[in-house]
Amino acid sequence: MAKNLNLTLQVWRQKDAKSEGGFKSYKAEGISDDMSFLEMLDIVNEGLIKAGDEPIAFDHDCREGICGMCSMVINGRPHGPKDRTTTCQLHMRSFQDGDEIVIEPWRAKAFPVQRDLVVDRSAFDRVVAAGGFITANTGAAPDANAIPVPKEKADLAMAAAECIGCGACVAACPNASAMLFVSAKVSHLAHLPQGQAERMIRVRDMVAQMDDEEFGTCTNHGECEAACPKSVQLENIALMNRDYLKASLTYRPEVDAGGGL
Amino acid sequence: MKPEATFLGSSIGKKIVMALTGIVLVLFVIGHMAGNLQVYKGAEALNGYSEFLHHFLHGAGLWIARIVLLACVALHIWAAAGLTRMNAAARPVAYRKVHHEASTWASRYMRVTGFILLFFIVFHLLNLTTGQWHPGGTFVKGEVYANLISTFQVKWVAALYIVAMIALAGHLSHGIWSLMQTLGWNHPRYNALRKQLAWIVTALVVIANISFPVAVLAGILH
Ligand code: HEM
Ligand code: FES
Repeated sequence: MAKNLNLTLQVWRQKDAKSEGGFKSYKAEGISDDMSFLEMLDIVNEGLIKAGDEPIAFDHDCREGICGMCSMVINGRPHGPKDRTTTCQLHMRSFQDGDEIVIEPWRAKAFPVQRDLVVDRSAFDRVVAAGGFITANTGAAPDANAIPVPKEKADLAMAAAECIGCGACVAACPNASAMLFVSAKVSHLAHLPQGQAERMIRVRDMVAQMDDEEFGTCTNHGECEAACPKSVQLENIALMNRDYLKASLTYRPEVDAGGGL
Repeated sequence: MKPEATFLGSSIGKKIVMALTGIVLVLFVIGHMAGNLQVYKGAEALNGYSEFLHHFLHGAGLWIARIVLLACVALHIWAAAGLTRMNAAARPVAYRKVHHEASTWASRYMRVTGFILLFFIVFHLLNLTTGQWHPGGTFVKGEVYANLISTFQVKWVAALYIVAMIALAGHLSHGIWSLMQTLGWNHPRYNALRKQLAWIVTALVVIANISFPVAVLAGILH
């Protein structure tokens, strides 16, 4: 039996990137506990629109946990209280009648707030563009198993490649560090034969871009791993650290990066 | 490659400096604790051990160790300051509601416990190495045992040492685990062992070190 919930929301409202923001309180009444968190916000927004107010802006796209758009911190946790769950996959049965729910945008200098709960995560795109790819004209999809990859390696690569770039790791990190994200991108290629040629250049360039974007630095709190909706592991950060050290020791300045390898 | 992206300029480079100097400091506190245990064998053993250290390699050994340790502390603090500055800038607007899921008391208060240790190191050297700050009686060079007993008989000095060792417990319990992650030593086969190692080393060092002021206050050592 579905239950109905009456909730109080404390939502961050901010007109645009330049304006000052602040919290506003809203009532969310008669919310079915079968709804998703985003459907709950849709209902609140319908009420706001009917009353002639501005609806709460939030990002979303797939609503099935794969695009990584639905960024918001719910009661201090990115994507809310459930492990391995994006906001769109969070259901209202995770809350109790009468709860107060604080909803904030990702907080990081590298992720400026655009409006209300919407942040600009293009810093992640720039980190990937700095080296998170393989410089080769790949043409059409190759035959499956044309390059043999041992199962264990394929599993590790796939586990890292599960990263959907949502930014929950940055949001959860007390230092606003992006190392779980960057390490996932470094690691999924580092486990595959295709990723070997540029492995050392890649890690140096991606870390340099990460630092340039003014993300914080990892002090091994482990909050990122706990917040990751795809369970990307801290082991990837260790791999990135290892590769970065090796790359720094063996770097040849005369070999230039960026497509030249 | 961006020219500014040097090893020491980078986030991971600083972390690796912190971890490598951390290893030296951890080995030092283990060795120092083991040396301190001589106090239970009596005045002669402890003073003799001190004598040995002062004459090791015709007196050069102690100075080599001091220079290496000082360099490690300086580099460790330099890296900590750089990382702290980057981290403070990375989140200009704080969350209204903060929830800790995985981090620990020790991991969140590394800076605080680090600062306590820095002040402790200064006091400790003035207290038992150079002797300019020695409540509980006059400091006599070479009389290591007597100097130690007389200063720990002052309750608040003993308390100061105990507080510093609690800070050390926090710093080591996170630091030992953390430095292995920083150096890339993370493997599912050994991860449980890493946590255990951190706790065993921390417990050994801290319990042994706290036992000295406690034994003096309890009258076991006099
Ligand atoms: C003197 C003042 C000190 C300060 C300001 C300081 C500060 C810090 C900071 C900020 C960190 C990194 C935080 C983190 O990983 O969460 C750290 C890590 C560490 N510290 Fe210290 N510390 C000090 C003294 C010491 C001492 C005396 C020791 C050894 C007994 C020590 C051993 C370590 C170790 C092993 C790490 C882990 C390195 C890593 O994260 O990979 N520190 N310290
Ligand atoms: S909307 Fe796509 S992951 Fe939530």
